[in-house]
Amino acid sequence: MATDFASALAAAFGLIVGLDPAFLGVVALSLQVTLSALAIAAVIGLPLGALLGISRFPGRTVLVVVVNALMGLPPVVAGLLIFLLLSRSGPLGAFGLLFTPGAMVVAQTVLILPIVVALTRQVIEDLWSEYGDHLRSIDLVGARAVPTLLWDGRFSLTTALLAGFGRASAEVGAVLIVGGNIAGHTRTMTTAIALETSKGDLPLALGLGITLVGLTLAINAAAFMAGRIGARFAG
Amino acid sequence: MIRIDRRTFVAAAAALVMASGAALAQTAAPAGGRSITVASTTSTRDSGLFDHILPLFSKKTGIEVKVVAQGTGQALDTGRRGDADVLFVHAKPAEEKFVAEGFSKARKPVMYNDFVLIGPKSDPAGIRGTTDIAAALRAIQAKQAPFVSRGDRSGTHQAELALWKKAGVDMATAKGAWYREIGQGMGAALNISSSMGAYVLADRGTWISFKNRSDLDIAVEGDKALFNQYGIMLVNPDKFAHVKAADGQAFIDWVVGPEGQKAIADYKIGGQQLFFPNANDAGA
Repeated sequence: MATDFASALAAAFGLIVGLDPAFLGVVALSLQVTLSALAIAAVIGLPLGALLGISRFPGRTVLVVVVNALMGLPPVVAGLLIFLLLSRSGPLGAFGLLFTPGAMVVAQTVLILPIVVALTRQVIEDLWSEYGDHLRSIDLVGARAVPTLLWDGRFSLTTALLAGFGRASAEVGAVLIVGGNIAGHTRTMTTAIALETSKGDLPLALGLGITLVGLTLAINAAAFMAGRIGARFAG
Repeated sequence: MIRIDRRTFVAAAAALVMASGAALAQTAAPAGGRSITVASTTSTRDSGLFDHILPLFSKKTGIEVKVVAQGTGQALDTGRRGDADVLFVHAKPAEEKFVAEGFSKARKPVMYNDFVLIGPKSDPAGIRGTTDIAAALRAIQAKQAPFVSRGDRSGTHQAELALWKKAGVDMATAKGAWYREIGQGMGAALNISSSMGAYVLADRGTWISFKNRSDLDIAVEGDKALFNQYGIMLVNPDKFAHVKAADGQAFIDWVVGPEGQKAIADYKIGGQQLFFPNANDAGA
C-alpha cells in the first residue's frame, strides 16, 4: 500500500516535470472543454439566475425546486441524454458532434448550468431583498436591475462559478459517453484516470489524479486571490 | 458610480460571450486533416495493439484514426446508430448478424488471439494447469468458486456464455452468489478478480499487458474452444451517407493487407506475440 502511494507520487512528479506532450495535451483539452462549458453556463446562467431571483410569477417555487434538484443530475444520465441527441440517429445527428470535444462541452454545460442558475438565484434574491427598495427608487426594476445586481454580487457569484468548474472538471461519466475517450482527441484527465485504472496501472492513474487535484487547487487559489485583489480595489 | 460599473460589467459579459463562442467553435470544428472513427473493443486498446499499428497507417495515408473503445456489443450498436465508420470487433455470430441486417456490406477476418482462464494461485477449483476449459468451468460451478463475468455483452462476455453452454452448465439455473456479473470492461474485470481472488475469462492480450495482477495467474489455456477471432467491417454508406467510405475502406484494406498483417504480427510485449494475423483464412 505504501509503495502504491510512493509510486503514484513519483508518477505525478514525472508527469509534471517530464512535460510529456501527450499528458500536456490531455491537460489542455480538459481545461479547454471545462472552461468553455463554464463560460457558456455563465453567460446563460448568471442572467437567468438573477431574473429568477428578482421575479415573482406563478409556478416560480416549482421552478426553483426543479433547478435546485437538477444540480444533482447524475452525469451519466446527462451523458446518455446528450449521446442520444447528438448520435447520427438522433435529432441533432446532422451536426456530427458526437465523439468530439464539442459534445463534451455540451454535456458539461448541461451539468453545470443548474448549479450556476441555482446559486445565482440565491445570491441575487438575498441582494434584492436588501437593496430592492433602493433600486426601485432609482427606477431600476425588472431585467434592467439584473446587471447591477450581478455586479454587486460578483464576489459571491465567483463561488457559484467555481462550484460549476469543480463539477465539470471532476466529472467522468458524461464525457466518457459523449466523447468516447479517443486518444489525443477526446481524452481528458478524468477519462484518462478511468482508463489507466482499467489497465491496472494504478500508480499512473493515481498520479494523474494527484495532478488533477493540484490543478483544481491552483485554479481555486487564483480565483480567490483575484477576488481579494478585486475587493480591495473596489473598496 | 452604478453606470460605470454596469458598463464594465456589460463589456465583460460581451467578452465572455465571444470567448466562449470562439472556444466552442474551435472545439466543435472538425480536425483539419482526414480522419475516420473506428469503434473497437477494450481488448484491442488495453493490449496496446492500436498504439502500435495506427501510427504506421496514419503515416502512410495521412488518415487519422480515432478509436472509440467499447465492448463488442456497444461497438456494434455504435455502428447501427451510424456513429462510426469502421467496426473492429470480436464476436463472429454478432458480426454476421450485423451484416445480415444490412448495416455493413462485408465482414473480413483480421486476426486471432486466444482467451485464457485466469484464477488465483490458491486455485480453489483445483483446475490450474489443465487444458480442458469445459471441465474447468464445470469444476468452478461444482465448487461454487468465485467467478467474475464481464456481463456487458462484450465479445469476451459472449464467448464466456458460449463456453458455459458448451460445458453443459445452464447459467439460468446455475447462477448464484459465486457468479458475479460486473458489467464492466476487461481491465476492470481483472482488477475486481485480483482483489477478490476470483476466476475470470480474459483475452490473452489484455492479460499480458495488465499490471495489477497481485495473486492472479493463468489457470487454463490452450483449448481450441478458447480461440478468439477478430473481424473488421465498414459501416454501410448506403444507410448512413456521412460514413467516410473511401477512407474507412482504405483502413480496412491496409489492416487485411500485407503491411497491416505484418504490423499485427510484429506487436509483442516482453517478446510475446499477442495477435496472430489470419486475413487470408476466408473461413475465420
